[in-house]
Amino acid sequence: MQLALRNITKRFGALVANDHISLTVEPGEVHCLLGENGAGKSTLMNVLYGLYQADEGEIVLDGEVQSFAGPGDAIASGIGMVHQHFMLVPVFTVAENVVLGNEQTGFAGKLDLEAAREKVREISARFGFHVDPDAVVEDLPVGVQQRVEIIKALSRDAKVLVFDEPTAVLTPQETDELMGIMRQLKSSGVGIVFITHKLREVREVADRITVIRLGKVVGEAEPTASNTELASLMVGRAVELTVQKDAPTLGDDALVVSDLVVRDDTGLAHVNGMTFTVRAGEVLCVAGVQGNGQTELTEALMGLQEHVAGSITLDGKELVGRNVRQVLDSGVGFVPEDRQVDGLVSSFTIAENLMLDRSFSGPFVSAGTVRRADLDAFAQAKLEEYDVRAPGITTQAGNLSGGNQQKVVVARELSKDLRLLVAAQPTRGVDVGSIEFIHKQIIATRDAGVPVVVVSTELDEVVALADRIMVVYRGQIVGIVPADTPRDVLGLMMTGERPAGVA
Amino acid sequence: MSTTAPASAPVASPDRVEIVPRKVPVILTVITVALALAVALGAQDGDTTFRLATGKDLFQLPDVVVPAELTAWIGIVVMALVSVDSWRRQLTGHRTPMWETALYAVVGLLAFLAWAAADGTIPMVGLLSGSLALAVPLVFGALGGVLGERAGVVNIAIEGQLLFGAFAAAIVGSLAAPPLVSALGESAGDFTGAIVASAGAAFAGMLVAVLLAVFAVRYFVEQVIVGVVLNVLVIGVTSFMFSQVLAPNAATLNSPPRFRAIDIPILGDIPLIGPVLFRQTLLVYALYVAVALVTFALWRTRWGLRLRAVGEHPKAADTVGIKVNRTRFRTVLLAGAIAGLGGASYTLVAVSQFNREMTGGAGYIALAAVIFGKWDPIRATLAALLFGFASQLQGTLSVIGSPVPSQFMLMLPYVVTLFAVAGLVGHSRPPAASGQPYKLG
Amino acid sequence: MSDDNAATAQASPPPESEQPTPPEQHNYWHTVLRSITQGNALVAVGAIILAVLVGSLMILFTDEEVRTTFGYIGARPSDFFAASWNAIEGAYSALFRGSVYNTNADDFLSGIRPLTETLKYAAPLILAGLGVGLAFRAGMFNIGGQGQMLLAGGAAGWIALSESLSSLTIWIHLPLAIIVGALAGALWAGLAGLLKARTGAHEVIVTIMLNYVGYYLLFFALSRQGLLQQPGSSNPKSAPAQDTAILPDLLGDRFNLHAGFLLAVAAVAFCWWLLNRSALGYRFRAVGENPHAARTAGIDVGRTYVAAMLIAGALVGLAGVNQVLGTVTSGVALDLDSGIGFDAITVALLGRSRPIGIFFAGLLFGAFKSGGFLMQASEGIPVDIVLVVQSLIVLFLAAPPLVRAVFRLPTKEAA
Repeated sequence: MQLALRNITKRFGALVANDHISLTVEPGEVHCLLGENGAGKSTLMNVLYGLYQADEGEIVLDGEVQSFAGPGDAIASGIGMVHQHFMLVPVFTVAENVVLGNEQTGFAGKLDLEAAREKVREISARFGFHVDPDAVVEDLPVGVQQRVEIIKALSRDAKVLVFDEPTAVLTPQETDELMGIMRQLKSSGVGIVFITHKLREVREVADRITVIRLGKVVGEAEPTASNTELASLMVGRAVELTVQKDAPTLGDDALVVSDLVVRDDTGLAHVNGMTFTVRAGEVLCVAGVQGNGQTELTEALMGLQEHVAGSITLDGKELVGRNVRQVLDSGVGFVPEDRQVDGLVSSFTIAENLMLDRSFSGPFVSAGTVRRADLDAFAQAKLEEYDVRAPGITTQAGNLSGGNQQKVVVARELSKDLRLLVAAQPTRGVDVGSIEFIHKQIIATRDAGVPVVVVSTELDEVVALADRIMVVYRGQIVGIVPADTPRDVLGLMMTGERPAGVA
Repeated sequence: MSTTAPASAPVASPDRVEIVPRKVPVILTVITVALALAVALGAQDGDTTFRLATGKDLFQLPDVVVPAELTAWIGIVVMALVSVDSWRRQLTGHRTPMWETALYAVVGLLAFLAWAAADGTIPMVGLLSGSLALAVPLVFGALGGVLGERAGVVNIAIEGQLLFGAFAAAIVGSLAAPPLVSALGESAGDFTGAIVASAGAAFAGMLVAVLLAVFAVRYFVEQVIVGVVLNVLVIGVTSFMFSQVLAPNAATLNSPPRFRAIDIPILGDIPLIGPVLFRQTLLVYALYVAVALVTFALWRTRWGLRLRAVGEHPKAADTVGIKVNRTRFRTVLLAGAIAGLGGASYTLVAVSQFNREMTGGAGYIALAAVIFGKWDPIRATLAALLFGFASQLQGTLSVIGSPVPSQFMLMLPYVVTLFAVAGLVGHSRPPAASGQPYKLG
Repeated sequence: MSDDNAATAQASPPPESEQPTPPEQHNYWHTVLRSITQGNALVAVGAIILAVLVGSLMILFTDEEVRTTFGYIGARPSDFFAASWNAIEGAYSALFRGSVYNTNADDFLSGIRPLTETLKYAAPLILAGLGVGLAFRAGMFNIGGQGQMLLAGGAAGWIALSESLSSLTIWIHLPLAIIVGALAGALWAGLAGLLKARTGAHEVIVTIMLNYVGYYLLFFALSRQGLLQQPGSSNPKSAPAQDTAILPDLLGDRFNLHAGFLLAVAAVAFCWWLLNRSALGYRFRAVGENPHAARTAGIDVGRTYVAAMLIAGALVGLAGVNQVLGTVTSGVALDLDSGIGFDAITVALLGRSRPIGIFFAGLLFGAFKSGGFLMQASEGIPVDIVLVVQSLIVLFLAAPPLVRAVFRLPTKEAA
């Protein structure tokens, strides 16, 4: 089945998310859609999938113009989607998820779950997946959950399959396997749309590449194009992929973590016996695939986790057992992984957000009252210093773009008397300009003699910032290696393998 | 900051250890001490008689007579042992098993009854069948609540649906019965009239649900607010209509027919269980059917799978072509009809007339039963029955004359609910999207 | 979304985001509070008009005269319209005469009496509304106004009827009664906050349950000699308050308006300062809008819940105190809350949880109450109509798109 999008335009109020986008996907072809965060890729796919209605343009399948009132219509026409955030009901079994919306029933509307299991087994066998139809989805590793998504799409006879940023949650090995699956699907005649911002993957699997920037198609490229070519097409200018930095000036051991174990409420250990040290003036990058204990590690450092054993000392003072406020007051800056949930109060103004972790005493509060004049002056200064693009300090944080929101968080955390900086995914979902700015700030902090822990799942970021790299897997440290360790070694370590010669 | 894991071994700690909250042993201990104090301070002499049969029974079970004070203390000792064991398990990282909690509850209840009804006779059949009767609106309401929340809509308006159902049943029944009686004769006419009235009650419950659905699903208004306000609205409307229309025309508009108990042959003759479960009104039998149907439909059918998907992960449901808001809308209406039917039990069973605010907060108790019952129809039904039992117990004991002030007995269901939501429900999980409006973008 | 394009960067958050969007749960309170605290004045007016219209229809449908004339509307339609007009006009002029100015009065002072009645009824609504609104701002639904008022009223009454304390003059006795009452309300609400903070129990269920528990506790105390029951009586009622514990009249004996209204005004000012200027209020709002971010920033969410509920309960408690020491001084009774605990929810919603808004919403509902009694007395329209109108106002107000659609107001999103 041939899919063609013609002049798709989608507006949200004044914002044009998709501006006359056209592209064609032939059967048995992998068509890559490349673009920065917020370029409009997901909007386009949501239009294709019937979740949004296009304001202009048409969707054409095998020469026939379609009108999708909802995902049901798109599915019926043979379009399948593997969502970035899996569209699976966590408490349902694999079989229930696969048949949801497409169920076979018996007497009195009774579900025929046996038929559903059979379908899962059949498709699993065809592609060599090992998926138990009766497993509950939330108990499965993310890689397997993604396969359930693929089975779900295939069970509805999808002829065109959309993969929306499918590799974000996968290990390099799982990514390789996914590439294999895509080739297998391709050879069975399925057309594939592969949405990503990772250049390496594009060149590996794509037959054709369309690059989108600010909602417009800015060009097509061959899979033979170089990384630099693709990157400058995607961002619109030459991109500095590395961060300028000098060799670190190392001080004493500042952050010492030993035998750290962090458990959740069910008793499951997410961090299981980590021991490491960060020296003053050093960036330690924690690398690993998402969900291997990084979140719990940073939260344990901040006192945000409840069941913590072991020891965390900062400049000789024990942090385990202290609450968040005491940790913050001892000079720790924290850029949380999800700024919209943990970093900002989106209905607060920029100024209000800048005092979020200093609402008890200190510069902005005296005698239980907020010193608004001081706060406003501070906010105005930071707005300029951090180049936050906003009408003013009374703008609500929720109305800022991702990059500007993150700058507000970084401004708040760096304008304290820091003894440690913990930054989790500091540039996730942030535009390239802001990424460069934030990276520079992190390096400047290091150069001021502050120990820095950066957690990132993006290998590029890890390599760019790190003085040393700590690879974690399943809550344990695989190894701590120098910043110039080859990528394939790091990739292997992220699967839990400990290469020879690594401490 | 505590964990039971050994902190010394570097990489050797187990992937999973059991972390057991302290709530259960705390609550068990508190209740044991409270009962022990009550018994110690209010010493009771004499024997307590548990009467297990009614005069009508085919097989007459003998009365059970126990010494009040001694039985109470034996019970308290058992409760104390269970509490100690619960602490022991907690400290060694184990949960208190269900059977122990159940044993505790049964023993505690019997000990309390033996003490409270000293020198008296507890008619067990009356106590239990009365509990069932009192629980009818609660169970219907809880079923409506479970359905709504499973689809992602919190139904605080159960109270309003019960009240409006009661109101509509009174009017519809009063209007429908006279022509039916003249056509079918006294008893058949009353019976069909009551059935018509029940249908009216269900319809009225659905009307309230329409408002809930329009505001909560269509206009994304916060569901708790809509629910609370709808309850006030229904109180206002029914009280207004009561004073303005029903009271002046009581004979024509506020004298509905009544459902009478129907004995089911054979089943009704089973000792103890028969008279309790199978000598009830049609409304109670409808209740059995409703519980069975809702349970089956929710867990075993396509309809139920989709409904639960919408309540757990609406976006996932949307992406496979299920109309989220339409599903929610329809489910809320059905839930309203079920809750409305429960309202009929106020005006068509014991009392055959409507009175202002006559549901007296039962809807909120039904809501508590939903949570207590962990959003499961069967468990919620059991929770509702428990509340019915507590209310009936108060009535029974006030007749016998118990040492506990009646206000504390009346308080009991609410205190039980408090303990339940604070202690026992902690580790249960509501439908993930319950309470959240679904809109795209 | 590039920063090079500042216009789009500020316009709105990116409608599609490829970064992980927070699960809807995290936005939950945010949307709730949005819906409560935002909206515009036009919509409020529209909501009031719609609600009054529906109320009028109910009056028409149930008016004997209107129904009779409707029977022969074909023959003499004018009768029907005249009857309808009479019913509506009668109702609303009674409402006005009962709440603002009595046009039938002999002199100005008796004419203005209804207005002072309105203020009297508004005082507890404002106080309790502030309590509910403050809890809203910290992210909690306080449905427990009834229980908090009952216990506060009981506690204040217990101090107020004490003869030994009355020897201490009004300067000590009255403030003591007020403080003890507010404390009782604070503790009862704080219990709900504590249960939420410690066990995660939903405060809606907890506060509702505490209403009943509080009711029966007071019932128990009022039924026991030696506790609160009036000596020698068998009714569940306490002895009247001592003169030294009664809120003084503001305008002399001719009017019922008492110093409780001053309490309400002071509470409005306090709440305004608390929410808009104080660090504690800042933390309330942070927790209410985004508890996750607040926790990450070192704010103890549980403790903030408890603190917010303590203050909220004290405010609601003052409403109970106002009743026992000002409005009905003949003794504590079980109906001392007279529905104010629930009315307060609608007041807080109408006032969008802002102190100033709650003040005016309280005045409006106080006027409804005061006028409603006259409407019932002179026109025979049950006072319950006020409940209907009140709840409809809040319902319509919560759904601005509906009101905009009905009145064809421009939508906000178009801006």
